[in-house]
Amino acid sequence: MPAADFRAAAGPALADPQLRANFRRAMDGLMSKRAAVFADRDEWTALRSLGATIRARSLLQLPDLLERLEAKLTENGVKVHWAETIEQGNAIFKQILSGHDARRLVKGKSMVSEEMGLNHALEAEGIEVVEADLGEYIIQLDHEKPSHIIMPAIHKNKQQIARLFSQKIKDAAYTEDVDHLTGLARRVLRQKFAEADAGVSGVNVAVAETGTLVLVENEGNGRMCTTIPKLHIAVMGLEKVVERLEEVPPVLSLLTRSATAQPITTYVNMISGPRRPGEKDGPQELHLVILDNGRSRVFADPQLRNTLRCIRCGACMNHCPVYTRVGGHAYPGVYPGPIGKILTPQILGMETAGDLPHASSLCNACVEVCPVEIPIASLLVRLRSEAIRPRRQADSGPGVVRGAGSQRDAAETWTWRGWALAYRVPLLYRLTSFLLSRFGWALPQRLPLLKEWTTVRSRPQFAPQTLHELARREKVSNE
Amino acid sequence: MNSARNSILGRLRTASGKEALPAENFAVVAPRGWSAEQRLDRMRRMMEAVHTEFLDSRGEDWLGQLQGWLARENIPGLIYAPATPLGRRLSTGWSGSVPLIAYDRAMAEWKEDFFGQAAAGITGTRGGIAETGSLIVWTDADEPRSLSLVPPVHVAVLEVNRLYDTFWQAMREQKWAAGMPTNLLLISGPSKTADIEQTLAYGVHGPKRLLVVLVDGE
Ligand code: SF4
Repeated sequence: MPAADFRAAAGPALADPQLRANFRRAMDGLMSKRAAVFADRDEWTALRSLGATIRARSLLQLPDLLERLEAKLTENGVKVHWAETIEQGNAIFKQILSGHDARRLVKGKSMVSEEMGLNHALEAEGIEVVEADLGEYIIQLDHEKPSHIIMPAIHKNKQQIARLFSQKIKDAAYTEDVDHLTGLARRVLRQKFAEADAGVSGVNVAVAETGTLVLVENEGNGRMCTTIPKLHIAVMGLEKVVERLEEVPPVLSLLTRSATAQPITTYVNMISGPRRPGEKDGPQELHLVILDNGRSRVFADPQLRNTLRCIRCGACMNHCPVYTRVGGHAYPGVYPGPIGKILTPQILGMETAGDLPHASSLCNACVEVCPVEIPIASLLVRLRSEAIRPRRQADSGPGVVRGAGSQRDAAETWTWRGWALAYRVPLLYRLTSFLLSRFGWALPQRLPLLKEWTTVRSRPQFAPQTLHELARREKVSNE
Repeated sequence: MNSARNSILGRLRTASGKEALPAENFAVVAPRGWSAEQRLDRMRRMMEAVHTEFLDSRGEDWLGQLQGWLARENIPGLIYAPATPLGRRLSTGWSGSVPLIAYDRAMAEWKEDFFGQAAAGITGTRGGIAETGSLIVWTDADEPRSLSLVPPVHVAVLEVNRLYDTFWQAMREQKWAAGMPTNLLLISGPSKTADIEQTLAYGVHGPKRLLVVLVDGE
């Protein structure tokens, strides 16, 4: 289950050499492959600027586009549902499924469904939910959450997967042969596709103009889930919409190249409605659940709104020095890496995830690779200040981040106030620096701030004389 | 859940301003100015890089060549959609030893056989996209969605004069936005995964093999 505390979870992750090796190898590979597909800098700059513009335009017209999308989908025969919270979202699923007496579900990869804890909610009703994406299937067998938004089982090596399959799949012998392991999963899951009462999928892009849900994937499990069962339920966060169909090609090009360095995925699946009369296959009923879960609150703040441009390519985590070292499971919530550090605190609230924006050296690697130009580093800094915003200001205004001010700490606040004062009053500055240079060694280790600072760092040593004293002695003029 | 809808949209509207929309420049996805030969060359290169096989039947009797290929590969049967233009050509011109099986009923009526016994399925295409090496597969009442998905071998017939430089160009010139089918697909290779240690494995859920038959355009 998600760790509630990044700080606490990061320790064991850092100390696990196997985990670190698995991530290091995978991220190195992803970074160099991505660099190769964007080798043409001019093309990258132009495409990225187009992608950022498309996503910015989508957000500028968001309520209108969602209404147009709903109208067009309805015209196409799709039933559209809205959920403000994950509880509402799960309830909608349960209601649709019970209306069809659907007990067996196959599911394509969807991070929003992870966000909703959908599997858990449905399994509690006695509904069987089978993750059909190979990576998702692997972690479902091991009762884990995804450690990466594109490659959910990236924390595992093939020995670990071989062991898992031999324990969990009937009649499976231990083998480390990847083709053989893939074949085992194919055998099990084909049966599930054929028997399923309903298929669940996410959405990569929804097009308002045509009422089209676009899904990209390599395996074909997404197509299975959206084609074979008689009922298909798709779920998306409300930010996924774009205005026109012609905006899809640049967005997909940025998505697949940033994610896995592929010029395109094996399948681009564009769904614009359920089976029409006379068609021989495809679901008879198609539903779309549009989830808010805090997004409209994020939207209310003009700077933080940029978080919603994200197309979930995962490039920011692939390039993140923190993510590479701690892996995806250390992050609370379901979105790890830089996107998680800006999104999760806004969705779960600062009380729960307020330490996430600090888990960054602000090295800017994510900002450089983000295909839709999200200023991740500035948003991290903004969220750091939201976390300690004075309570008085924190309670009001729709744009203010959930739980703003919850990380505020009296000792820290007063220390910084003192600091600021000392820098404004020369006499106080001199006095403080004199005292620290002479008696700083005597500060007790347990002093707030010093205590936190020294948990992972050595204690700072004060120079025996202040800079001003040294300058005077050296007769530096210019003072 | 109308109240959810209204409160979500209400919040979004309250926060929306009247900012002008920034202009979009699609030049980077516009046609590349390639010749027909360059397009075909690129198409093959991109698709072969992801394990697609080609049968170049330009100027040849493609039906005969395909029959030969199926026989050589020991493929016991080929499922086809009889009502498409391609299907009509197949049913009139087919003679080889490999039987043609018509997909002429709803999938539910033969799901078990279809899943259990299908060996290969053949579909037409509405052309291809050279830049990414992608086939455009347009499904409808005559061309089922699952024909390019469930059988372990997918055979796709591609008329070489229907290649476009880019995805953006294809959708504009074919006017997709004017009327989308229930399911429009781009297919760029056989099914694959890299979920186990980043190692590529083909044929995970969809077809294990994809054969593109290149034919002359009408
Ligand atoms: S923040 Fe940018 S780089 Fe990260 S997943 Fe989203 S789009 Fe990709």
